[in-house]
Amino acid sequence: MKDKNDLQKRIVQNWQLYLFILLPFIYLIMFKYVPMYGIQIAFKKFDPVKGIAGSPWVGFQNFTQFFTSYQFERVIKNTITLSFYSLIAGFPMPVLLALCLNALRSAKYRKVVQMITYIPHFIAVVVMVSILRQVFNPVIGLFGILYQFLTGSTAPDLFGSAKAFAHLYVWSGVWQGMGWGTIVYIAALSNVDQELHEAAEIDGASRFKRVIHVDFPAIVPTIVIMLILRSGNIMSVGFEKAYLMQNNLNLNASEVISTYVYKVGLGAGNANFSYGAAIGLFNSVVNLMMITLVNYISNKVGETSLW
Amino acid sequence: MDSVFHKRRHSGPPVSRTERVFDGVIVICTLIVSFSMLYPLLFVLGRSFSSPDTVNLSGMSVLPKKWSLVGYSFVLKSSFIWTGYLNTIVRTLLGTAIGLAVSIGYAYPLSKKNLPGRNVLTFMLILTMFASGGLVPEYILIKNLGLFDTIWSMVLPSAMKAFNVVIIRNFFMSIPEELDEAAEIDGCSAIGTLFNIILPVSTPIIATISLWMIVQHWNSWFDCLLYMRDPNRFVLQIVLRRIIFESSVEMTGAVSAEQQVSQEVVKYATIIVATAPILMVYPFIQKYFVKGIMMGSLKG
Repeated sequence: MKDKNDLQKRIVQNWQLYLFILLPFIYLIMFKYVPMYGIQIAFKKFDPVKGIAGSPWVGFQNFTQFFTSYQFERVIKNTITLSFYSLIAGFPMPVLLALCLNALRSAKYRKVVQMITYIPHFIAVVVMVSILRQVFNPVIGLFGILYQFLTGSTAPDLFGSAKAFAHLYVWSGVWQGMGWGTIVYIAALSNVDQELHEAAEIDGASRFKRVIHVDFPAIVPTIVIMLILRSGNIMSVGFEKAYLMQNNLNLNASEVISTYVYKVGLGAGNANFSYGAAIGLFNSVVNLMMITLVNYISNKVGETSLW
Repeated sequence: MDSVFHKRRHSGPPVSRTERVFDGVIVICTLIVSFSMLYPLLFVLGRSFSSPDTVNLSGMSVLPKKWSLVGYSFVLKSSFIWTGYLNTIVRTLLGTAIGLAVSIGYAYPLSKKNLPGRNVLTFMLILTMFASGGLVPEYILIKNLGLFDTIWSMVLPSAMKAFNVVIIRNFFMSIPEELDEAAEIDGCSAIGTLFNIILPVSTPIIATISLWMIVQHWNSWFDCLLYMRDPNRFVLQIVLRRIIFESSVEMTGAVSAEQQVSQEVVKYATIIVATAPILMVYPFIQKYFVKGIMMGSLKG
């Protein structure tokens, strides 16, 4: 009984704080939880007139429709291809660059390199794809000019080619993210015990050897954490860039889950809200499963874990 | 973070040849990387100052064959660029202000350890990191609220990010409690303490989060594509997309055949006009971003 009174007293005492959090809390409910409530349309046949609650239930019909559609295989394959390719090409780059930066003798030069390699991170995705389009233009772009110069013939149009899409997508991502990605590793490298370096030096280890045997092992836990975080997104290829790079000619390689959700769910003409919501939900569930799985594995194999 | 870069990692004078080769290799590698980052950007910058008839003749050179401001004069004459700029600035300012207000508003009560209900409020916040309604339900919400073609559709949905709130809360909690208590004894209310004591010492974190929000709003376009129908309400990124991807004549106002020729230069100039503000402030703000990454990874 005393506890209850105490609790009441504390609640009354803190009335200002509750008043303060009231608006943000309403915001949270409105813009985060109401959409979650709306997920149920994935199991319904959404009718704008009847609203979310009034639309009739259809069970897993929207999901089976997706799993059996001819698009299913294509979007899953493209999504996984782009993800794995991005991971394999993009993941080691910041690690290597960070090790290089860390081994540079001149602190001034290192700062300059960092400054330059961070720039692409700040470029908006629309600008990024715009630059890509201009630079890879077969006639007037950098690529076109170089191709003409080296082979003497006109360059192919990479933007209109399904084959080239994955390479363009992935390597432009590497270009944009590699400098920025070094930050966490450089921070981890700064915590390497100097005595380890000194001991290795006394044992006659060259600087290259010290990078391999002292620096690299020191950042392995960070690498594992970053890998887990990345793997949680294995099924979510960034919508914005894929969508902006997409055109009818490369659709075979560029249609990924998120762009497909947008097209079938909200796209012009025959928008099917329920179908789009179902694919979106499927995607989130797979992502959540992936991150849990990878975390579990790394927990069993090594000691590093996210939670 | 700065101290990281000042520490000398690999001390000792260069002695053997292999050491010098090692130095050479890493310097060359970092040079190549830096060059490949800068070159495409300088290429676009140079082309934007080229005269339309010689834009194809400069080859690999970054410098234009004939200098001209035709591209820029076109871009600056386009009314959509100006409205785009204005809309982007308005959404950035309003979005950042609202974002800070709701984030601080949620974070501050959560930083009070003995607030009843704190755990529930925290859980409800953290849950939004892992679960969200997704594209379609959010779209339906905005539609039902009648926010189409209003600025609120671009500033409200993204205003609060659980991650930001957690970072702010952690910072508030790291402030010594004696400060709070002293203020309380002096007769300061909880809200008064926030504005007089907590916020003034939290400027580094507030600055970092504001900058995240500013850059995010400046660069975003998809919400505008989804919710805005009126071209006069388009943000800069959407105008850019129209001009470059669709060679939109409507957006640049290039009607005659002669004007169409300058399209390519106009595209380059548009890219520069849209990117310049961010790239100009970038050197001054990047350290805040680096700090932010560190705070995030400490937590994660």
